[in-house]
Amino acid sequence: MKNKTALTFLVFALVTLALGILFGLLASLQYIFPTFIKSVIPFSKMRPFHVTTVISWIILAATGSIYFYMVKEEKLSLFSFKLPKAHLLLFLATGVTIYFSFMLGYTEGREYLSFSPILTIPVLLGWILFGLNYFKTLRKSVKNWPVYYWMWGTGIVFMVYHLCEAHFWLIPSFKEHFVKDIAVQWKSYGSFVGSWNMLVYGISIYIMCKIKGDEKLARGKKAFFFYFLGLTNLMFGWAHHTYIIPMQPWIRYVAYGISMTEWIILAHIIYSWKQSLSIQKQEEYPIAYKFLVVADLWVFLNLILALVFSIPAINFFTHGTHITVAHSMGTTIGINTSILFASLFFIASKLKPDFTFKKIKQYVTLYNVSLLLFWVVLLMAGIKKSHWMYFTKNVLFSEMQESLFYVYIAFFSFGLLLVISILRIITPLFFVFIKNIYQNRVMIKDEEKQAVL
Amino acid sequence: MNIRKNIAVIGVLITFFCFYNFLIYTSKEKETPVKLSKKAIKGQKIWQDNNCWSCHQVYGLGGYLGPDLTNIYSTKDSNYIKAMLNSGIQSMPKFSFTEEDKEAIVAYLKTIDSTGYYPNYEAIIKPNGWVELKYKDEK
Repeated sequence: MKNKTALTFLVFALVTLALGILFGLLASLQYIFPTFIKSVIPFSKMRPFHVTTVISWIILAATGSIYFYMVKEEKLSLFSFKLPKAHLLLFLATGVTIYFSFMLGYTEGREYLSFSPILTIPVLLGWILFGLNYFKTLRKSVKNWPVYYWMWGTGIVFMVYHLCEAHFWLIPSFKEHFVKDIAVQWKSYGSFVGSWNMLVYGISIYIMCKIKGDEKLARGKKAFFFYFLGLTNLMFGWAHHTYIIPMQPWIRYVAYGISMTEWIILAHIIYSWKQSLSIQKQEEYPIAYKFLVVADLWVFLNLILALVFSIPAINFFTHGTHITVAHSMGTTIGINTSILFASLFFIASKLKPDFTFKKIKQYVTLYNVSLLLFWVVLLMAGIKKSHWMYFTKNVLFSEMQESLFYVYIAFFSFGLLLVISILRIITPLFFVFIKNIYQNRVMIKDEEKQAVL
Repeated sequence: MNIRKNIAVIGVLITFFCFYNFLIYTSKEKETPVKLSKKAIKGQKIWQDNNCWSCHQVYGLGGYLGPDLTNIYSTKDSNYIKAMLNSGIQSMPKFSFTEEDKEAIVAYLKTIDSTGYYPNYEAIIKPNGWVELKYKDEK
């Protein structure tokens, strides 16, 4: 495979990130100008583009990183070098088909998987090929798996399961019972996120080990304790999304109990905070290290938020407000994207050791500051909406939205700054990967010529 | 860490997970489960095909551009809902639903309305952080 397929995954990941944030920015304009381009691209058409594309960024970046680490860093001989190519082609072909189907108005799916359910089949096939190659390769080559291999394997398996579960609504016995249907839908979405978190957090541990030059981080009892805690949360901790749905109380009790175990993770972060800041080997991979520190900060902030609204009495007031959006933006951008940036810069440093940080340093700062402000604005909008829902009477929804006008302007402005910073951060990465793919092609052609001679 | 121990822990978790999923997939929602009629299922399809969830919420789940519609059927009447559907008001797209489509969407919203309350104003907040929901079929 050389590293061409892995890098192609990463190039398309960057393209989807750029497109996804631009779609999001365009859609957010309708919060300020409700009738803005709604006859051409109403919010209901824009949002599926945004959601599908940013999810693709996380999936493609995580997958490309894992392939790269397996082949180039760990020097593992893959079970098959053709399967990653088939995997890439399946994902890309499906992605293009999804875009065309959206443009033609086919959005028969549901909120986060809004494309036609039939298009889930090639996506599932891609994951199965990935899993097959992954497990066959590791079984053959690695004896004592560090925790990140367990996490990646778990992420792949549960991704397949929860992608299937997200389509249970196609079965009449689910579709006909609204409460069960919506509960299972959100169960699958919660665990779907948990599955990609396994991939992304596994990548984070992998990079930490490599930067520190210490594999103990991924082999100790503590690492496995947190892996099993994460797995338990992936399996049973989804229902804090659905406390308010009138389903069986025991489901909500289990979710409440499981969610509270995350306090252990928070306590651990606080405990090891100082230690994580004193890592000496940071100079070797300064950008990757910086993004890991950023992700650490966002884990801290979002975990507090998640823990607070996992308490049903608080969730009661925050549910259905922008506070939930703040949490999802904090996790997908602050945590997932920061970790994936760390991974991509780590890879870029491997491909181009003289890769410099100076040119984008101020944009990394802009990324952090604008994201923090974006997050705070969403919290403010959420508090305002919650107040409207529970403490005001006879105020129309449209009046409440109008009262948020300046908050939405701030939301758009910080979103714009975030988009600028992300586009600037990913530009050098894009060129490093493209250049390397091109060099690989030349190398392969030269090798073929020599073989013929 | 020992690979066998890991597999054993994962095995235990997966066993619980299977049992837990079986209960969720087969259990009935509280008291009398509400079943969607054929007309309501058609309404659900129209809802999905037009991405209504992009802007609207049900039980607080969905988009934030439009209002939550969980109890729209009981707070407004069906004529109001039908009038709104093709109105193209504010950021809402200008739909051209037929009378039959509108009836189906109303049937879907009526079924949702019958399942519970959101916001659940009569829920009881307990000192231990728990919230006791008020269910629709409670007397």
